Amino acid sequence: MSPDAGIEVRIWRGGAQGRYETFRAPRRENQTVLDIVTWIQREADPTLAYRFACRVGVCGSCAMTVNGKPRWTCRTHVSKVASGGRLTIAPLRNLTVIKDLACEMTPFFEKWRRARGRFEAAISRDDPLVPVSPESPERRAADAAIECINCAVCHAACDVVAWRGDYLGPAALNRAWAAWNDVRDGDRTAVLAAAGAEAGCGNCHSHQSCAEHCPVGINPTRSIAGLKRAGLAALLRGAL
Amino acid sequence: MIRPARNHPGYWAFLLHRLTGLTLVLFLPAHFLVLGLALDAAALDGAIAWTARPLVKFGEWGIVVLLAAHMTGGVRLLMLELLPWSERQKTRIAVSLGLAAMFGVAFALGLV
Repeated sequence: MSPDAGIEVRIWRGGAQGRYETFRAPRRENQTVLDIVTWIQREADPTLAYRFACRVGVCGSCAMTVNGKPRWTCRTHVSKVASGGRLTIAPLRNLTVIKDLACEMTPFFEKWRRARGRFEAAISRDDPLVPVSPESPERRAADAAIECINCAVCHAACDVVAWRGDYLGPAALNRAWAAWNDVRDGDRTAVLAAAGAEAGCGNCHSHQSCAEHCPVGINPTRSIAGLKRAGLAALLRGAL
Repeated sequence: MIRPARNHPGYWAFLLHRLTGLTLVLFLPAHFLVLGLALDAAALDGAIAWTARPLVKFGEWGIVVLLAAHMTGGVRLLMLELLPWSERQKTRIAVSLGLAAMFGVAFALGLV
């Protein structure tokens, strides 16, 4: 496609009830989907609502559904995803749409709290630091899970979240797996209890759609399988 | 049609496992019904004679293939959940399908 041919872009307008509106945007070299959305908001329709902040794949706020797949729009090149010279951009699945492309993220982050994804210190700042070897299995497991940017792409890709809305989902459970592997934590069993509770890791059907779509290459299915194994082992030990 | 976001081996494997499972659930009552006929020898003989028909034989082969696919898929899921993680999940999906196909061919050739 030549850069000046322009591109047809269908964008979701409205809330849960709404419709697609078609725009025409100019094509540029190395153009991202976020560039397109920003052009439309600035040049065609200033009432278009969407979210972004960093534009470089760090903040995790610009995720949308692009031609049917959840993606981080700031690092998604139009040339890679525009099928037939067209783009269809919708808000993320499995979240309530506030307006146009912006979703209510509160339930998503509530799940992180429910999964006990936070660190509970066992000692105070007056105690000496606990050494954690970078080579230890726990540290390696945490490393593999820790680079999440909270974009909710996996949450949107997950069919189990679509089936039951209160399911903790891949992102929160991946965070719980990192927390469980933090040997400095004062009550790691509490992580397993929270992650394995009703609507927790036991609900995962291992479709692996989360791993398929995670923009930063994390595999939440691996984390959830780890939580299932750790939970089962704790149950057999009588610790849970 | 599979939604674009679901178009990957993990989802295909799930779909196959779910569909084979549901079909086997439908088959089981019929299976038990025929077993129950054993109380009446003549009725059982009649049912067994019915199963000798070509179309029923073909259906029997289909059931064996479904069972094999559900079994190998189930073993794959147990490995995913219980064994230390392997990055070869897509290879395992392919292997489970291959094994199920081998069962099907072996049964068709009368090897098992």
